[in-house]
Amino acid sequence: MSEPTVVTHPLVVGPVGPGCKKVDPIVIADGVVRRFGGNTAVHVDHVEVPRGKITALIGPNGAGKTTFFNLLTGFDKPNEGDWSFNGQNLGNVPAFKVARRGMVRTFQLTKSLGRLTVLQNMLLGATKQPGENVFTALFKPLWKSREEEITTRADDLLARFKLDAKREDYAASLSGGQRKLLEMARALMSEPELVMLDEPMAGVNPALTQSLLGHIKELKNDGTSVLFVEHDMHMVRHISDWVIVMAEGKVVAEGPPETVMDDQAVIDAYLGAHHDTDLGDMIEQKSVAERARRVEAKEASLADD
Amino acid sequence: MDFLFVLNNALGVALSPTTAAYALAAIGIGVHFGYAGLLNFGQAGFMAIGAYAFGITTLTLGFPFPLAFLSAVVASVVFALILGIPTLRLRADYLAIVTIASAEIVRYIVSTTGLSDVTGGASGLSAFAGSFQAMNPLPSGSYGFGPWTYSRAEFWVFLWGWGLVAIATVVVWLLMRSPWGRVVKGIREDEDAVRSLGKNVYAYKMQALVLGGVFGSLAGVIFILPRAIQPTNYATTLTFFTWTILLLGGAATVFGPIIGSMIFWVLLVLTEGVIGGLVRADIITFISTTQAGQIRFVLLGLALILLVVFRPQGIFGNKKELSFNV
Repeated sequence: MSEPTVVTHPLVVGPVGPGCKKVDPIVIADGVVRRFGGNTAVHVDHVEVPRGKITALIGPNGAGKTTFFNLLTGFDKPNEGDWSFNGQNLGNVPAFKVARRGMVRTFQLTKSLGRLTVLQNMLLGATKQPGENVFTALFKPLWKSREEEITTRADDLLARFKLDAKREDYAASLSGGQRKLLEMARALMSEPELVMLDEPMAGVNPALTQSLLGHIKELKNDGTSVLFVEHDMHMVRHISDWVIVMAEGKVVAEGPPETVMDDQAVIDAYLGAHHDTDLGDMIEQKSVAERARRVEAKEASLADD
Repeated sequence: MDFLFVLNNALGVALSPTTAAYALAAIGIGVHFGYAGLLNFGQAGFMAIGAYAFGITTLTLGFPFPLAFLSAVVASVVFALILGIPTLRLRADYLAIVTIASAEIVRYIVSTTGLSDVTGGASGLSAFAGSFQAMNPLPSGSYGFGPWTYSRAEFWVFLWGWGLVAIATVVVWLLMRSPWGRVVKGIREDEDAVRSLGKNVYAYKMQALVLGGVFGSLAGVIFILPRAIQPTNYATTLTFFTWTILLLGGAATVFGPIIGSMIFWVLLVLTEGVIGGLVRADIITFISTTQAGQIRFVLLGLALILLVVFRPQGIFGNKKELSFNV
């Protein structure tokens, strides 16, 4: 085994490691525990998500990534723990208020609103529409101007996501990949500070993957922070600035994508489970082969121990 | 068999205040189910609450019509809150169970002998329309023509019934074209998605429940104005009639409940007249006249099944938007 060396990174205050402090965190979670009966699904001592960066949350199946996501966004309540967004405590804040504060999520299984048109789906994502109040709703002049503003924004986003041709179609008529795009575009309607994407690539064909990757990078360029759960290592290496690895409910490693996969804890977490190595991707074949060699070397050294 | 008489009866019922009351109740569950996706199987309960609130405040407390009318609205708002506070956080099917049970609870409470001083027990309440008719500004005489001829008192009920239906229809139309309606329809599709977009789903569901409940309660008031309050009227059959009407017209449509109610009642009266007439004329010999009165409900049930299977969106509905299974 190599001797411990102190690794530093521009995003991090002090040494890099699980639970390390970030220079400018947007989300800080402390002692978040969620148990289902006797099973502790999530037990995160400390984790910080950097602002203005793309952070990947990875880990083997059952690591508690989605549960942790649900806890952060208020869709589930932890047994213990505190977490904050932009310095504001989010404990016991209902999901809709979390979203209003600028932390908007998408779902692993897409939740497009099938019997609403694509445009209506988009408009639903907007905030500050006075017509959403039951009394104001009766008087169109009170909400007409805001409706025009958000329709313009919706049309811009739809054009960016190449869904403008589908504007008047029911969302139920879209393909799976288009629904992913719609869900992401809809989440952007409120101009959130942090977008949380739960497996944005699941079930998306390779052609759309490229455009989704582009959209996520664009988000970062616009100053939005992104936290995403993903199994696709190709995507994680390609676009993320920082990677947080979870296993058995805990944060076991953190680091930049280039080096985190070499971390002993990560290899332990994935050992035996041949996680989604992207064998079909020609461009990536070299690095995959390299990584396979590295993993083999580690396995060999472990066996020697 | 006097076919003209049967036809006249059937056409007359199309515009009767009772038809208006059923239309109003169906508009209420249209808001609940068609737009917000709330399975309310207790519309009879809301109608009973409206009817009894109106009857009791008039007879026991001596309220004049406007106050008694307002009491019916307030009572249904309270009833909706009591139903909604514990159940709207749960899945939709729980609301269905709770509403059907609470409608039955209401019916059992009002028919309890212990409360007969106030509710009239099993015999119900009557003679409460005095204040309502005292407000009638119409000169005496008969109104309308042909099958739609009304006395002065009947026409006053007619105006209120269809007036309320018109107001409810306009309110629903205004709301459902607005961003409020968009949020509510979004909740029907997937409430977690709407929650993730920063909308207070619970509050919207409560607003929809209250709104539809108030329409149900007003339907209860219109329903009793031409008759007495009978607790047996508020059994689950009443709820399922309003559901049939809603699905007949189209669940998330503006005019569906009105046309649905008219078609429902015309068909009901027509089949009763035709089958009853045929039995009395000894053309149909294997059933009695009492059975003839019941067989139309068998046909009605069959019609509802066929409707849901072959035209789930109703007469007015958009097939794409309103099929049951998406």
